Amino acid sequence: MTGAESTPEVEPLQYGSAGAPESGSALREPPGELDRGETGGPAMRRAARRRAVGIGGARGDGPFRFAATAAGAVLLAIMAAIGAFLVVKAVPALRANTTNFLTELTWQPNATEPVFGIGALAFGTVLSSFLALVIATPVAVGVALFISHYAPRRLASALGYVVDLLAAVPSVVYGLWGIAFLVPFMLEPSRFLNRYLGWIPLFGGDQVVGRSMLTAALVLAIMILPIIAAISREVFLQVPKAQEEAALALGATRWEMIRMSVLPFGRPGVISAAMLGLGRAMGETIAVALIFPATFTVTFQVLGPNGNSIAANIANGFGEATETGRGALIASGLVLFLITLLVNMGARLVIARRKEYARAAA
Amino acid sequence: MTTPSTATVRTGIRPISVGRRVKDRVVQVLICLAFVLALIPLASVLWMVVKNGMQRFDLEFLTHSMRNIGARDVGGGAYHAIIGTLQQVLLASLIAVPIGLLTAIYLVEYGNGGRLARTIGFFVDVMTGVPSVVSGLFVLAFWILVLGMPFSGFAGALALSILMMPVVVRSAEEMLRLVPRELREASYALGVPKWRTVVKVVLPTAFTGIATGVMLAVARVAGETAPLLLTVFFTDSINNDPFNGPQMGLPLYVFDQAGRPTDAAIDRAWSGALTLILIVMLLNLVARLIGWWRSPARKGS
Amino acid sequence: MVAVAREEGVLGTMAKQIEVSDLDAYYGSHKAIEGITMTIEPRSVTAFIGPSGCGKSTFLRTLNRMHEVIPGARVEGKVRLEDQDLYGPDVDPVSVRRTIGMVFQRPNPFPTMSIFDNVAAGLRLNGRVSRSELDGVVETSLKGANLWNEVKDRLNKPGAGLSGGQQQRLCIARAIAVRPEVLLMDEPCSALDPISTLAIEDLIAQLKKDYTIVIVTHNMQQAARVSDRTAFFNLAAQGRPGKLIEMDDTSKIFTNPAEKATEDYITGRFG
Ligand SMILES: Nc1ncnc2c1ncn2[C@@H]1O[C@H](COP(=O)(O)OP(=O)(O)O)[C@@H](O)[C@H]1O
Ligand SMILES: [Mg+2]
Repeated sequence: MTGAESTPEVEPLQYGSAGAPESGSALREPPGELDRGETGGPAMRRAARRRAVGIGGARGDGPFRFAATAAGAVLLAIMAAIGAFLVVKAVPALRANTTNFLTELTWQPNATEPVFGIGALAFGTVLSSFLALVIATPVAVGVALFISHYAPRRLASALGYVVDLLAAVPSVVYGLWGIAFLVPFMLEPSRFLNRYLGWIPLFGGDQVVGRSMLTAALVLAIMILPIIAAISREVFLQVPKAQEEAALALGATRWEMIRMSVLPFGRPGVISAAMLGLGRAMGETIAVALIFPATFTVTFQVLGPNGNSIAANIANGFGEATETGRGALIASGLVLFLITLLVNMGARLVIARRKEYARAAA
Repeated sequence: MTTPSTATVRTGIRPISVGRRVKDRVVQVLICLAFVLALIPLASVLWMVVKNGMQRFDLEFLTHSMRNIGARDVGGGAYHAIIGTLQQVLLASLIAVPIGLLTAIYLVEYGNGGRLARTIGFFVDVMTGVPSVVSGLFVLAFWILVLGMPFSGFAGALALSILMMPVVVRSAEEMLRLVPRELREASYALGVPKWRTVVKVVLPTAFTGIATGVMLAVARVAGETAPLLLTVFFTDSINNDPFNGPQMGLPLYVFDQAGRPTDAAIDRAWSGALTLILIVMLLNLVARLIGWWRSPARKGS
Repeated sequence: MVAVAREEGVLGTMAKQIEVSDLDAYYGSHKAIEGITMTIEPRSVTAFIGPSGCGKSTFLRTLNRMHEVIPGARVEGKVRLEDQDLYGPDVDPVSVRRTIGMVFQRPNPFPTMSIFDNVAAGLRLNGRVSRSELDGVVETSLKGANLWNEVKDRLNKPGAGLSGGQQQRLCIARAIAVRPEVLLMDEPCSALDPISTLAIEDLIAQLKKDYTIVIVTHNMQQAARVSDRTAFFNLAAQGRPGKLIEMDDTSKIFTNPAEKATEDYITGRFG
């Protein structure tokens, strides 16, 4: 198809070799060949050729273009296939289920009369992720501001790298650290919270343990902090100098300048960063699988021996799952996929809106 | 009105109120504290991994598997897991890098911001948010349950490649967009077809940047546990064939050992964690070095 | 009534003389301006002219310590506002900027704030202000900036929705709302159309009754129209620091400059 339009291509190849003997190397060594001096041919011919290539493409371009487009399509197909195959394998198990999947709290899919529901797991997923978000976001915004507006410029990128290292630690290592260090460590602070802030329902309850919802949420918070901090930092660095200077020139202190210029500009970015962090926290598996006591209760008392999540349940339950058990886990995974998909799409839409907003404001 | 009084008080530079200055200071301290607070867990994790990991980080650990190691025995190692991880990550890269790179090329060179390009771009972003356990479940459902393939290192690689792809696309896309327009146009001006321009001019220029992105993507998936759990399963023995039968992976090994009740197993878990962190940090370091090595060149040109 | 009281209280004290002696400004190791000494008269308009890159903006920003907000930038020398050294050891740059207002080349209203909030932004920094007082000051400032009639019905609309010229006048209103002693303007009309430019020039002529005004401009006619005194800056060569060549009454600079360089620059532009 494109071959018919590609006639102009033949001549330029000769043009490249007109003065120089190494006609073959014209293509083998393009950067050298593209030196300004050598390409300084008649401007008109250049423009004409550029147009020809721009419109018609050139010989051999078809297959390459096809491969590139196909790769993109494969990505879309994978996303669709994830949904489709999870549904395919979830449906038989859901048929075998003897209760309502969405409201049931227990999880006994391996029994001869399978009884399982997403209720308690979804609750645990949402509660632990929200707690993690509430803990992580203020710290992450502080970290981002520190790097973008407080630390010396020369140190900024190195400090950013150090925070990124938090994200490089594999989650199973956080899990190991969690059970070996954080679980015993959290016992005293949890007792303290229970004793003095027990009137808040969140910290109430009679039993206080280390392997609690709060400890897991803390580990999650540590794990999502880098992503929230990194995106917020990028957004804070993009604040137009003119807006910062507008505040400073009015006699604002650094903090007042941040409140007047940086935070309003960065707010949508921080919101979407937090949503991405929320998505991460919901999907996080291994660290919380090691820490959660894997119960199926629904309670807001985060210091007690309760806690589980969809992802943790998959990791813990997969080993001894029967055929229906696997289907049930896949069904729960489908729910997780849909929730995180919504959260992520929401976050991306906020970012997309923000771009337009920034352009409009510029 | 307050005006007359302020007008008479006013002499030259008007200092700001103490309250404002104090507030500024307090916020500054809080923000520095936030940064320190964020570093505490990092320091704690690294310290514990090194301290506890060194106990069993020996030659036996690196060269032996867990075969014939009883539940209460000391000894044993992670050789089979290290081999597994290397094979799985390599296979995952072989799948994810070409697809990711081609997608990035489509987005930058051919998409022209059209509907398909925008859709792909959006879903690439969404794909970065797919939980790793879900990608494992997908390969379980598709590859193992529907197609009836065995648990294998390759199945794990499939799951890991899904996690790698969006990272590769995004970093490659960013690097391709950095290639100056003039470079492309100069090549077109010579009549070089677009695809040759991409392969011979654009990709080489962006190569180091893309390599950095790929290394970071590899580092990210090398530490993933959940997808392996569902697709590679467990084994205590060495399995050199990634296409057949359960393998082990280093993250999986740590998870497995951490769940066992003996001190010897916990020690092995820490040593596994140390090995894993060393591998991941090494990959990160290599990525940064590639990036660093490249930046003076960029300044020069 | 509020407005009247303010204006009366203000007239006697506002507007101060600025004395600069032997001032150098750096960006990192690059010296952008060198050895500048001048006196800026109160309640008058002083224009800075000179070729691009000679350091007019840099010098202007040293006058309210905005220069140092750029990483690596620093200043040597003295700037006195009446009897106080702006760069004295115990002087807080924030107080300096509160006292010496600034208007930038491109209008930069706070995009998320309404017109009202934009003007009130500086006042709100200084602690609680009653709503009625705020209303009064916003009205006075907008009137002072010749913008009141155009926006009085939409004070709660975003400032970013105004035209470029209106935005620039909004920025002027925002700057004068905190009642500065001095108003610095860096090419305030260069991003505006001719009609808006005229509006701003009229405004400057009015404002000089109350304020010391320093304006950087690329436009010779504008300097001739609005200013009482003119300072000509130049640089010896690319990469060399900019210097003050001469400063005099505007009429003298434009008719009979002492320096050949000034004459070349002015006639070059006019011719
Ligand atoms: N932010 C900056 N960083 C480094 N150098 C700068 C910066 N701003 C201006 N300069 C340099 O300082 C010199 C004076 O610039 P400027 O004050 O903007 O000149 P003018 O306003 O007269 O056009 C120029 O050489 C310019 O390159
Ligand atoms: Mg300037």
